[in-house]
Amino acid sequence: MTVTAILRSEWTKIRTVPSTVWTLLLTFALSVGLGYLLANSMGDSYATASPERRATLDPLFATFYSLTLGQLPLVVFGVLVVGGEYGSGTIRASLLAVPRRGRFYGGKLLAGTALAFPVSVITVLATFFVATSAFGPDAPSLRDEGVPSAVVGACLYLTLICLFAMGVATMLRSPTRSLGILLPLLFLGSQGLGNVPGVKAFTQYLPDQAGMLIMHIVGPQDDPRWARDYGPWTGMGILALWTIAALLGGHLVLRRRDA
Amino acid sequence: MIEVENLSKRYGNTLAVDGVSFTVRPGRVTGFLGPNGAGKSTTMRMILDLDRPTGGRVRIDGRSYRELPDPLRRAGALLEAKALHNRRSAYHHLLWLAQSNRIPKSRVREVLRLAGLEGVAGKRAGRFSLGMTQRLGIAAALLGDPPVLLFDEPVNGLDPEGVLWIRNLLKGLAAEGRTVFVSSHLISEMALTAGHLIVLARGRLLADTSVQEFAESGARPHVRIRTPEPERMRDVLAAEGLPVKQADDGALEVYDTAPERIGQLALAHGLVVSETTLRSASLEEAFMRLTGDSVEYRGGGR
Repeated sequence: MTVTAILRSEWTKIRTVPSTVWTLLLTFALSVGLGYLLANSMGDSYATASPERRATLDPLFATFYSLTLGQLPLVVFGVLVVGGEYGSGTIRASLLAVPRRGRFYGGKLLAGTALAFPVSVITVLATFFVATSAFGPDAPSLRDEGVPSAVVGACLYLTLICLFAMGVATMLRSPTRSLGILLPLLFLGSQGLGNVPGVKAFTQYLPDQAGMLIMHIVGPQDDPRWARDYGPWTGMGILALWTIAALLGGHLVLRRRDA
Repeated sequence: MIEVENLSKRYGNTLAVDGVSFTVRPGRVTGFLGPNGAGKSTTMRMILDLDRPTGGRVRIDGRSYRELPDPLRRAGALLEAKALHNRRSAYHHLLWLAQSNRIPKSRVREVLRLAGLEGVAGKRAGRFSLGMTQRLGIAAALLGDPPVLLFDEPVNGLDPEGVLWIRNLLKGLAAEGRTVFVSSHLISEMALTAGHLIVLARGRLLADTSVQEFAESGARPHVRIRTPEPERMRDVLAAEGLPVKQADDGALEVYDTAPERIGQLALAHGLVVSETTLRSASLEEAFMRLTGDSVEYRGGGR
């Protein structure tokens, strides 16, 4: 039972089920497609805006905002990679093939990440270049301050949020339960609730809200309504902590519970 | 060889498996018999390290399942619960299993042929009938050509042809010197395939014996007699020292004798006999008696 054997087997599992393949394609298509449309329309209004109005607009926001939607299929991918085993019952066959829980879990996370990471990098780079060229002459450039870290941060963000989803799915042992928690959390919860002043003190620490700060898509930081109590890399650290917690929780559940 | 030592499993307040010990030896089919809910599946899952035992231990050829290198090459299993992804083809299901344990790809084709699934290898498992799903599960169990095999209710959902196929397969695997452990709640099925029986009821081991001995322990062979003069027949039999019992339907059941002897006695005493049948030991009776006893014991003893 070598690591390569486990990885090869996990790779076969992923590529032989259509849904996992589709979620990765959709991550790319949604991010790049919506990125183009958003940057196109925001670029036009930016070009005609007064200097005072320009000061409140962030071109990077237009570049990466589509990732808030593009992350959803990637989260579904993470959930399916692990949770699909529980939904279908293949978890028993998998644990018969690789009875050591740690190796099985490690192999699964590694195989999932080995796909999620390159898909994240390709998606982020394509979104950046498509969106900036659609934005027009005032588009952010890689030489601008904060832009390189936004690009690197976006790649890290997508990879970490996918790993977070894999950990949650291992803890909950069901794809439907996992999506039932993750999708509202990522889509409605923090997006909608983040605007309510009272709860922002709490919601700013949710995994997506913390990790997205580096991409300039949580709103202008000089506006107290949006301002975070931490910096962009600390935000990424908060997301990393969430991810580690979810992965450890998944490991614990996998070791303790009967298959 | 599978060695189970003092194995227990507790779910809340229920003791699903209660200090069970037995050994499954190679070269014969060992039946794992018990009514539904007796703890057979739980025991099998604990043998395979899927469920964590509350107490006791299991050894497969001297090691715990978890410690086996490339476990699919050491032990193969068909479990009762479904373990297939509906959207994945039969071939790909076996392929990922093979890859995880470094089993050559050519073996995937081999077991597909063995299970009679060659023609549907590319078909999605979700479109399989229950019988085809069962065959695919058996193909998966045989994938690593393992010396130890466990089958949980393998004939479930199979058509008569499939049932026959399984019976011959099990006997053939045992004849090759493998350890074959098969659970069933159908004693008639076990009577046809198994040479040895391990009987479980309410989580407790009731018997660990050969099929022959098990049948004999339950119901002694006897001769059934119908006669218009049962009273006189009883006297004659009693005079001969033969133990006799009247059945519910009025027939006489005579132990420790043969139909020929009854014929001779009837002729000698001028008795009319309308029926003499030899009733050999019945596995069903033995099973019912044994499991019935255990229920009473548990009801009164605890």
